[in-house]
Amino acid sequence: MLMRYLPLTDADRHLMLERIVVETVEDLFVDVPVSARLPGPLPTLPGHLAEFEVERIIGGLAAKNLTAATCPAFLGAGAYRHHVPASVDQLLLRGEFLTSYTPYQPEVSQGTLQSLFEFQTQVALLTGMEVANASMYDGASACVEAVMMANRITRRGKAIVSGGLHPHYRELVETMARSTGFVAQALPPGASLHETLVEHIDGETSCVVVQNPDFFGRLHDYTELAEACHAQGVLLVVAVTEVVSLGLIKSPGEMGADIVAAEGQGIGNALGFGGPHVGLFACKEKYLRQMPGRLCGQTVDAEGRRGYVLTLSTREQHIRREKATSNICTNSGLCALAFTIHLSLLGEVGLARLAELNHALATKFADMIAQIPGCRVRNDSFFNEFTVELPFPAAVLVEKMLAVPILAGVPVSRFYPDEPELENLLLVAVTELNTIQEMAAFVQGLREKL
Amino acid sequence: MNQPGRPAHTAGANPVAIANGRDSAEEPLIFEQGQEQRCGVDLPALPAYQQRLAGLRRQGKIGLPGLSEPQVVRHYTRLSQKNFSIDGNFYPLGSCTMKHNPRLNEKLARLQGFADLHPMQPIVTVQGALELIDQLAYWLKTLTGMPAVAMSQAAGAQGEFCGMAVIKAALAARGETRTKVLAPESAHGTNPATAAALGFVVESIPANAQGRVDLEVFKAKLGPDVAAIMLTNPNTCGLFERDMLEIAQAIHAAGAYFYCDGANFNAIVGRVRPADLGVDAMHINLHKTFSTPHGGGGPGSGPVVLSAELARFAPLPYVIRDETGFKLVEHGKDAPDSIGRLKGFHGQMGMFIRALAYMLSHGADGLWQVSGDAVLNANYILASLKDVMTASFEGPVMHEALFDDRFLKDTGVTTLDLAKALLDEGIHPMTMYFPLVVHGAMLIEPTETESRETLDTFIATMRRLAEHARSGDVEWFQQAPRHTPLRRLDETLAARHPVLRWTAP
Repeated sequence: MLMRYLPLTDADRHLMLERIVVETVEDLFVDVPVSARLPGPLPTLPGHLAEFEVERIIGGLAAKNLTAATCPAFLGAGAYRHHVPASVDQLLLRGEFLTSYTPYQPEVSQGTLQSLFEFQTQVALLTGMEVANASMYDGASACVEAVMMANRITRRGKAIVSGGLHPHYRELVETMARSTGFVAQALPPGASLHETLVEHIDGETSCVVVQNPDFFGRLHDYTELAEACHAQGVLLVVAVTEVVSLGLIKSPGEMGADIVAAEGQGIGNALGFGGPHVGLFACKEKYLRQMPGRLCGQTVDAEGRRGYVLTLSTREQHIRREKATSNICTNSGLCALAFTIHLSLLGEVGLARLAELNHALATKFADMIAQIPGCRVRNDSFFNEFTVELPFPAAVLVEKMLAVPILAGVPVSRFYPDEPELENLLLVAVTELNTIQEMAAFVQGLREKL
Repeated sequence: MNQPGRPAHTAGANPVAIANGRDSAEEPLIFEQGQEQRCGVDLPALPAYQQRLAGLRRQGKIGLPGLSEPQVVRHYTRLSQKNFSIDGNFYPLGSCTMKHNPRLNEKLARLQGFADLHPMQPIVTVQGALELIDQLAYWLKTLTGMPAVAMSQAAGAQGEFCGMAVIKAALAARGETRTKVLAPESAHGTNPATAAALGFVVESIPANAQGRVDLEVFKAKLGPDVAAIMLTNPNTCGLFERDMLEIAQAIHAAGAYFYCDGANFNAIVGRVRPADLGVDAMHINLHKTFSTPHGGGGPGSGPVVLSAELARFAPLPYVIRDETGFKLVEHGKDAPDSIGRLKGFHGQMGMFIRALAYMLSHGADGLWQVSGDAVLNANYILASLKDVMTASFEGPVMHEALFDDRFLKDTGVTTLDLAKALLDEGIHPMTMYFPLVVHGAMLIEPTETESRETLDTFIATMRRLAEHARSGDVEWFQQAPRHTPLRRLDETLAARHPVLRWTAP
């Protein structure tokens, strides 16, 4: 059989079987119970296809989706459509990055290792923390790992979860709490005020988990909360779902956060229907040895030259097995590289300008929406996303706007289907890719549907 | 796979370093080449606006360097050249399935219809994406013979967690609390780490002289407190667990579940269905068997196939289909037995696209050939090296061949030294010192995408190195590698004095 990815020919196979001294390839499967050996290729699956045939099928599926590439879109809620410079993807596609494994052979993996070292430095700087790891699966998994790390550090077992935390992040914490045996006390959606959070702290509390900007787009200064937490031996975990905001807003580190768990998708990575994205994980240096995930560190080679290796792996599963800090093995390497390359292109000036542009456009949009009778912008503060209160269910508006077509935003009810008081709330986000014309089209559509 | 570190030689120990074409010039960090006022991205002018930042505008500088686009492109191009990769090198890293990564898959994952798709769009606008997930699920279910699959997990370890949490939930639903999980000592480290995270006590089962689960020890450990066995099959010695059916029968008779680690599925894909072996749950690493690229350490994707009994405990979200089209079940109220959510949004869509493209390209006939050629290549290596190296167990092997360091006995050369010597030959080493059941393990997985010519070159190289080791030239090995961008790195120093980020001088 000819197949484009398989180099062996029948002549090769024949020659190889001779060396092995067996008659057929099937003879190599003698250890498989006879009852479990299939007689031939599964008849319920199709046969192999040419490259263009596969392209036709999967291209057809892609064409069935309506995307932000072809109509105005204002969705955020933890995933943001930012422009990714063309050079980012060109570099990612270099086979030396794309097709290498985890850099366990440092002599021939300095490309991956040095870029991870740069990534860790960028993440630490951006979050205002002392150290960062080499990435997690995504922001939500970084957040739950932060909670479990706080449990290990404090030897306590109760996390207080702000009602302003992204619902998926909260659900992950709750799943882990149920499965692994700690307590997650989640406050009602929106409940994110300092007083509300502090009054739930008790002697069993390991951490308080908040988000900035919060799920509804509001900005918070958590400095006082951090102090209140620390006074009782509690750690403050700050989640960030829109990483670009850190270019404009005071960092969690400056507010006194102990651990920061962020979604890095907004820099370097496409929406991609929600994955793969990249989790950023940073903390104070004193907690280093309780960190989950891989860490890249600087060292020297046999000739004294600077180089990088994966380090402190005695925390990890392949060495510690059942005593590891986490079961995590794979990280989000290539997405972390995309983040690092894009942030290298942006630099100090570019990130600040990008972030400010996002905020400026969002304020324009908020002002336009605020003028529509019956609509109310609920936020006093925001970065590039805010909550609009409509006179009827937000899901209805989103559906009606599809006729334009406009992807109008994310109804809060998509996450909270059983909270009638949230039914009329719509989350809208604006990035540098949204134009004033798109916003005007949204406003016109909204006026017509009201 | 990892290996224990070894202190590097001190600087100057080998003053006559051979430059021989290696690019040894140090590439400075971006932080050392930037100037704050440079920028590699142009943006339109800011409109006039009024801040709404609640007084939280960042005051100080972040400290990021500024670089132009040409500098960034050169920097990361130069860094890439310091990597070995499947594209450039034979990469027979055992248990990692370093097969060719088709570029068609990359092209399709980047189609705008997927790349620009927001996960929280109305369901009617994402029917193509949900259909793709459903199709991939069909392939996975058909290839494993299992009735259900949970798709959202981000990687193998999260898949393991999913499978074991589901088993824990199923036991709880029966009103049972079982505390023990059995795992062979040859298991991947993620297995015991996962079981421990879920509160289970892990009991190790030793391997027998044939490199497989010791059936008698296993049976003796069974009891009403055992929740599950976590078994990799083919196992990490590259061997098929011959007693799989008996193990399954015994574990089920004890009221426990059979979790299979599917990391080595490449050996049997399209030829053997885990359902026919009595498996209750198994994760599949899409980045191994189905060629989504390893990307220097991720991202991965770890769907878990489940038995009918376990299916109702699957995590959220999942795709269903009714007469109006595809839907997403996202909330606990619609899935009351679900263990809950393990991943933000809906899973690793980009990996799903690549994996489905891989499956469609191969078809059932191609996948049959994949496992056949993968096993053939591994046995060819075993047959060609067993006279100069020491094979740990009797063959035939499945997709990987395990050797140990007995053939290096009294030479002074270690498994690590041999691996480092391979680097100078332009070959990525095999997995070293894993599995733990043999001394100085060398686990070689060639995969099906290597030609016989490549294997012959590798075999000739290994034979030469094995003979060289026996000639007593220890120092030559200990000095390796010589021709790589850097020579042996001091891992002890890195761990003793962790420097995990750049800081301004």
